[in-house]
Amino acid sequence: MQAGETAGSTAVALDDATVAFRLADTRVYTAVEKARLTVDHGEFVAIVGPTGCGKSTLLNVAAGLLRPASGTVRIFDRPLTGLNRDAGYLFQADALFPWKTAIDNVAIGLEIAGAPRALALERAQGWLTSVGLGAFGNRYPHMLSGGQRKRIGLAQVLIRDPKILLMDEPFGPLDAQTRQIMGNLLLELWNADRKAVLFVTHDLEEAIALADRVVIMSAGPSARIIGDWRVPLARPRDISEIRMEKDFHALHREIWSVLKDEVMKGYAQSSQAPVGAAS
Amino acid sequence: MSRAGLLLCQLLVAVVALVLWQVLATVPVFGRILLPPFFFSNPVDVGSQIVDWFVRGVIWKHLLITLWESILAFVIGSIAGVAVGFWFARQPRVAAVFDPYVKMANALPRVVLAPIFTLWLGLGIWSKVALGVTLVFFIVFFNVYQGVKEVSTTVLDNGRMLGMNERQLTRHVYWPSALSWMFSSLHTAVGFAVVGAVVGEYLGSAAGLGYLIQQAEGVFDVAGVFAGMFVLSAFVILIDLVVTSVERRLLVWRPTAAEGRG
Repeated sequence: MQAGETAGSTAVALDDATVAFRLADTRVYTAVEKARLTVDHGEFVAIVGPTGCGKSTLLNVAAGLLRPASGTVRIFDRPLTGLNRDAGYLFQADALFPWKTAIDNVAIGLEIAGAPRALALERAQGWLTSVGLGAFGNRYPHMLSGGQRKRIGLAQVLIRDPKILLMDEPFGPLDAQTRQIMGNLLLELWNADRKAVLFVTHDLEEAIALADRVVIMSAGPSARIIGDWRVPLARPRDISEIRMEKDFHALHREIWSVLKDEVMKGYAQSSQAPVGAAS
Repeated sequence: MSRAGLLLCQLLVAVVALVLWQVLATVPVFGRILLPPFFFSNPVDVGSQIVDWFVRGVIWKHLLITLWESILAFVIGSIAGVAVGFWFARQPRVAAVFDPYVKMANALPRVVLAPIFTLWLGLGIWSKVALGVTLVFFIVFFNVYQGVKEVSTTVLDNGRMLGMNERQLTRHVYWPSALSWMFSSLHTAVGFAVVGAVVGEYLGSAAGLGYLIQQAEGVFDVAGVFAGMFVLSAFVILIDLVVTSVERRLLVWRPTAAEGRG
């Protein structure tokens, strides 16, 4: 990583980014309105909001998979055009290539960048070991559990050494214990080189336990960013331990008092079949 | 049921059917033979006809011709189906233009094409191969088209975010997906390749299993017709076994294929 070039600068900066989708009947659905958000270099930011509020939409904008209707996206102080080449994206749904073995799934990022296959496989084996699946390289994704697939996904993204890590409820489908284990693994890997992380979740506890900053979004449509808290907890952290701390509870109560209303609003809207389901 | 028990029951069905056929075709019931030998022959005659074919070796030539026609029809139809399916799926505009014609061609009963193919390509193997190709092509084409169209958007986005360009997406995402759908239609495609070959032979040829059956029918040799049918069934089952083993090798990454290994 070229620390000199990027140190101190802002990794991701969304400035008044508005995202709208054209619906089938020519109406326009505004998912996110005038979102202003920055992620500093080496900072771990979690976005929390009710379901369907456009958290993932915001992440897709940062990834360059979606263009904002208005506003700007800057990555390391340069306007983003096309895909965000500095970012690695861990998707919510299964995104591994089902026809490739675990090790090939991890190695592919290097291979398509032109690395020799032998080298790519060697590095992939190293990453498989880092995520605790060193002996599972020749398994196909369907032979692995949900948690194991997420670990492979993490290795697949991290092997390319992206400067920014975008994560869309990556541990959403996992059971509570596996989530904690994955959270600790993520923190451990992140601690090694402190990438900028934008982590989307609907779980406030997970957000506080992992992040340096927690950003709250209002219920959609036209979701806005309505709160931004710094997490005053020391690192390194242990996810399962940190939930017992007093500071954790205080912050949780404070944020929840804001988030609760939005969750109720979001729930009320989602039970009325809104126009255009955008999550 | 255990494997042996199942096999025993399956054999029993065949034995009962054959015995019933033999009895009804030879022993009078209330003074009448229910299955007149002229129309129904009997298992012993059919069996001896089959044995005779194999002992004299005449059957091998016909089997080889039919096998060769089926293989050619399958290979040519598959290659064309994969190529066109892939092309259409990646170029929606082309697909939209050709859509009504594809539907029209697929709606046509293929048998009516046989005389045209015979006229164009003669009585040799190529008119049968052509008939098989028209059947195989559409199965593979529709499957590959579907396979490329239905690649998960998440997997595609993941490929893009990992840095793949369009060419690499084609190679690492679209292509494997299309091939997996093609392989999942393997049984049907191979089956239709054989159907094309045999129907073509039946309608006009000088060799092959279809020819053998048609010849026997021409001289009211019912035993010959049945014998041809049994050889054909055994032939198809053998091919199917080969296809199944190929499929297991190719689709190890698929949950269903792997679970079926049992």
